Amino acid sequence: MLIRLLRSHLRPYRAQLWLIVVLQAAQAIAGLYLPRLNGHIINNGVLRGDTHYIWSTGGLMLLFTLLQVALSVTAVYWGSKVAMAFGRDVRRDLFQRVTDFSAREVGVLGAPSLITRITNDVQQVQMLVQMVCTLLLAAPITAVGGVIMALSEDVGLSWLLMVSIPVLIVVIIAIIRQMVPQYQVMQERIDSLNRVLREQITGMRVVRAFVREPYEAVRFGAANDDVTDTALVAGRLMALIFPTAIMMVNITTVGVVWFGSNRIASGDMQVGAMVAYITYLVQILMSVTMASFIGSMWPRASVCAERIVEVLDTESSVVTAEHPVESVPLRGTVEFRGACFGYPGAEADVLHDITLLCRPGQTTAVIGSTGSGKTTLVGLVPRLFDVTAGEVLFDGVDVRELDPLALGARIGLVPQKPYLFSGTVASNLRYGKPDATDDELWHALTVAQAADFVRAMPDGLNASIAQGGSNVSGGQRQRLAIARALVRKPEVYLFDDSFSALDVATDARLRAALVPETADAAVLIVGQRVATIAGADQIVVLEDGHIVGLGRHDDLLATCPTYAEIVSSQLRAEEAA
Amino acid sequence: MSADAPKTDAHKAEADKQAAAVAAAEQRPSSGRFHAVGVPMEKSKDFQATASRLFERLRPERIGIIAVMVIAVVSVVMVVLGPRILGKATDVVFNGLTGRGGATAIDFGKLHRILLVALALYVASYLLSYLQAYLLAGIVQRTMRTLRNDVESKLNRLPLGYVDRQPRGDLLSRVTNDIDNVAQSLQQSLSQLLTSSLTVIGVVVMMYIISPLLATVSVLTIPLSVIAMGQIAKRSKPRFMAQWRHTGSLNAQVEEVFTGHAIVKAFGRQGEARERFASTNEQLYKAGFEAQFMSGSIQPVMMFLGNVGYVAIAVVGGLRVASGQIGLGDVQAFIQYQRQFSQPITHMASMVNVLQSGLASAERVFELLDAPQESDDVAAAAGPEASVTGRVAFEHVSFRYLADRPLITDLSLVAEPGTTVAIVGPTGAGKTTLVNLLMRFYDIDEGRITLDGRDITSMPRAELRRHTGMVLQDTWLFGGSIEANIRYGNPDATTEQVRAAARAAYVDRFVHSLPHGYDSVIDDEGSNVSAGQKQLITIARAFLADPTILILDEATSSVDTRTEVLIQRAMAALRAERTSFVIAHRLSTIRDADTILVMDAGRIVEQGNHHQLLAAGGAYYTLYQAQFAAAATDIA
Repeated sequence: MLIRLLRSHLRPYRAQLWLIVVLQAAQAIAGLYLPRLNGHIINNGVLRGDTHYIWSTGGLMLLFTLLQVALSVTAVYWGSKVAMAFGRDVRRDLFQRVTDFSAREVGVLGAPSLITRITNDVQQVQMLVQMVCTLLLAAPITAVGGVIMALSEDVGLSWLLMVSIPVLIVVIIAIIRQMVPQYQVMQERIDSLNRVLREQITGMRVVRAFVREPYEAVRFGAANDDVTDTALVAGRLMALIFPTAIMMVNITTVGVVWFGSNRIASGDMQVGAMVAYITYLVQILMSVTMASFIGSMWPRASVCAERIVEVLDTESSVVTAEHPVESVPLRGTVEFRGACFGYPGAEADVLHDITLLCRPGQTTAVIGSTGSGKTTLVGLVPRLFDVTAGEVLFDGVDVRELDPLALGARIGLVPQKPYLFSGTVASNLRYGKPDATDDELWHALTVAQAADFVRAMPDGLNASIAQGGSNVSGGQRQRLAIARALVRKPEVYLFDDSFSALDVATDARLRAALVPETADAAVLIVGQRVATIAGADQIVVLEDGHIVGLGRHDDLLATCPTYAEIVSSQLRAEEAA
Repeated sequence: MSADAPKTDAHKAEADKQAAAVAAAEQRPSSGRFHAVGVPMEKSKDFQATASRLFERLRPERIGIIAVMVIAVVSVVMVVLGPRILGKATDVVFNGLTGRGGATAIDFGKLHRILLVALALYVASYLLSYLQAYLLAGIVQRTMRTLRNDVESKLNRLPLGYVDRQPRGDLLSRVTNDIDNVAQSLQQSLSQLLTSSLTVIGVVVMMYIISPLLATVSVLTIPLSVIAMGQIAKRSKPRFMAQWRHTGSLNAQVEEVFTGHAIVKAFGRQGEARERFASTNEQLYKAGFEAQFMSGSIQPVMMFLGNVGYVAIAVVGGLRVASGQIGLGDVQAFIQYQRQFSQPITHMASMVNVLQSGLASAERVFELLDAPQESDDVAAAAGPEASVTGRVAFEHVSFRYLADRPLITDLSLVAEPGTTVAIVGPTGAGKTTLVNLLMRFYDIDEGRITLDGRDITSMPRAELRRHTGMVLQDTWLFGGSIEANIRYGNPDATTEQVRAAARAAYVDRFVHSLPHGYDSVIDDEGSNVSAGQKQLITIARAFLADPTILILDEATSSVDTRTEVLIQRAMAALRAERTSFVIAHRLSTIRDADTILVMDAGRIVEQGNHHQLLAAGGAYYTLYQAQFAAAATDIA
């Protein structure tokens, strides 16, 4: 998955990647050349007492040093650029994907998980790309270059390379293989430690009310010990890597001097060559260590990449028609014809064979217990979901054939959770109609019974709203969401349990004010309270995704046992009648 | 000869630094599943005070720390001696070839003795540096475990008033992200800072012992390194800050759009959302690139300056060897020292950054540990706790958070055992505060609250709370099975008692329709249990706790009517034979209540039963007309 993600999203930067490879190679070669020049200084300058040679070769070394820094800085430049562009592109594609999703895909994947994927997971993979471009690419080049240079200095000592390189690789891989599962376990344990803490904070009143502090301390202590144990094992393994690599390097160095001095004595090798040889060996072994170390980041990045690709591979179940219909003559008739909706793999449909006609100027109310499919029914109209069988018609045209923007512009939705965006009261109200005038906003607020409290806010329409609307009360949030839908003056209103946080009196006033406002529109109301829906032109009673009753309040009382039961239970509840 | 053998240790330092970079990169992910922004970026306000306090926490580990320091000194001495000894070996080979020092051939006996010493030194230094890292990992992890435990026990002693005023996300971030960050940065930086600084000292000493001239040549590159590093750091810091700022605003946008997904789609604002996202994403890309490029350049630039020193030593040293003033081995050793000297300085700079980030987090953790805590409990009386009848009295109780904002003023009431007190009034009247005072979540400022005539401040909180049960609007359940959640009310209950409580709260019937029955796990996103059913589970939990006094908040939302009826019946059953305080939303509850308290602005404005209060035609009458009468007539 990681490879696939890297391939698909690094493709546009192939040219830059090659450039980085070339720069890193040149940089590594320049670096590799320094020891050789130093060897020349010793062999030709120091040993012969040729000070001129020392000066000129020293100058050459300086030149190579300059060249090397220029090349590496350029490589870092392009490496950072590619890595950051990669992250940007993955985020862009993920965002694009998710905003194409229907409510069904968002429901399956979960909004919090999607947020983590586009932020943390992308950052992980981006970090790996950055490391690879700026550090890792140079490693194999240095290693291979080092081997070539070392062999060119002296072939007789190559058995040292053939022993020390494989030994180092095997040892480091063995350590990392021990570490990877430790890190995986540790991540899980940190997650569960944090879960305990989160629960303690969110449930503080309950913990204290039930005097369960000691129990929580034990629960936490156990999780804490688990984390500590794993962190210790992982930390001690990690502590092993570098000392081990350094010792391997040092032992090999001693070996080179030991065996090299024999070859020097026998005249097979020059002193300077031995010195250079040691340096190359060191560079090779350190490159191997670096490469395997960055390699240890791979498993974690793989997990992240898998989560990213899962989103990128998920197709939206709501697809725009190839030749969307942009205008329709009729005004706001919504018709369900045998509409069904089900989640893939689920045993039963959420909605089954719904047939229903909502005309302009009519109010249709939907009632039913939790999980009966009310919210899904409402979501079919603006295509938050698409039917899995049957069809939903808007002014006689299948909603799937309509241009999504044209469809959306005709619908005013007030969702069950009245989410507001950070900004101001005005920016939220204008969300569906950016060019609305202040008068229009005030009118909508007045109808939604929200004008009074908005007027009382310090900045009125410009009062700031926190993300999600968390700085206003639930009832206020609901009324602002209603006003937001009203500002659009749509042909179809969808109120999904939009009056639940209002007290009965406000609810009644609001519904009275809505009547003239929605006179020409089709209104679909999902409600829990019988009082809210009793006056509707038609009432749909849903049970387990089936329509079990359709008609006016009085008819249903007589003909639909489920409806009668709901009403009587509420009457019992309120003891009113 | 080998002016170069020595690169070994130069490479060690370089590799260490890269390892630190890798580790720093690794640390980022673990911080923050739910706080996406990652590593806290704020700079320490009071660097020194926080640092000394953090190091103070290492005190219980002082024996280990002394051991680590001794080991560090020894291993640094060995590392510093290494090049010198290898240099001697090179001298033997060199002298054998050039005939200096009276040698006619390479003295292999001497050479091998020297090399064996070097080998022994390297192996010993390996064992020591591993031992040091091993000990240090234990020290850091144990210290962090203690810190986490301290924070946890602090959490349970924080006054709720403090918690309520604290943004929840911030508190969570402190106990999770910040502690993680402290642990990571301490583990990374502690040993590095220790060895780096010791190495620099040791190397400078050795260099001046060997050759004051060459030492001065190589020391000259140090100010250059410091200046270059300072310049780069100065430029990269604002860019890093920009990067984190843009990351923050990108995360906020993502969170908003993904959470409000349905609205964005229904209002056709995907296009606009994408444009906004694209522009932030682009800004993040630019800032990220600049920050990474700037900080990424430190390494090549340092390498360059190191190489310049290397060349200078090679040239100056070569000239002096040629003129016979110094041995080749010394030059070789010198080049090694020169590298050993600039690398740890670069290294220390990056470690200081890591440490600063860790200290910023430590400061936030300490702030939490320093937060006020609940007053000490009185000691529990010896012997078993007396059972209580449940007579509760408030006597002239006043309470306020802020001096100018009284929340409860001169409130008196008496609830006789087994009676129901319904509390009604507008939002902000003080209904919830009243409950919080009774549970001693907050301590009152004036007056007293008694249980069976005993002042509740004279009994341990735990004892008071064992007599009291609560069902709140916020249906908090923890991530565990339904059985475990019910059992939370009384851990000693038998399975049969748990089942009985479940039946009494109507939990039993819906549990049987779940695939795993009582073992079904409840989680945050789980749609297997509805909001109403969660409420029923909290009622079952209270049943199992079997308290004498009961506090109920009736407010429910998004609960279908049939579940609502069950909730109501369960609550009514739970109230039976207990002294109950109900924040009432239902007409039936109010009508049946023995006493109705009508609250407004922290005072009881009326008190009596339904009929008395309706007849009085006061505040209750008005409230009843506005809120409940409408419901009654509307349905009919």
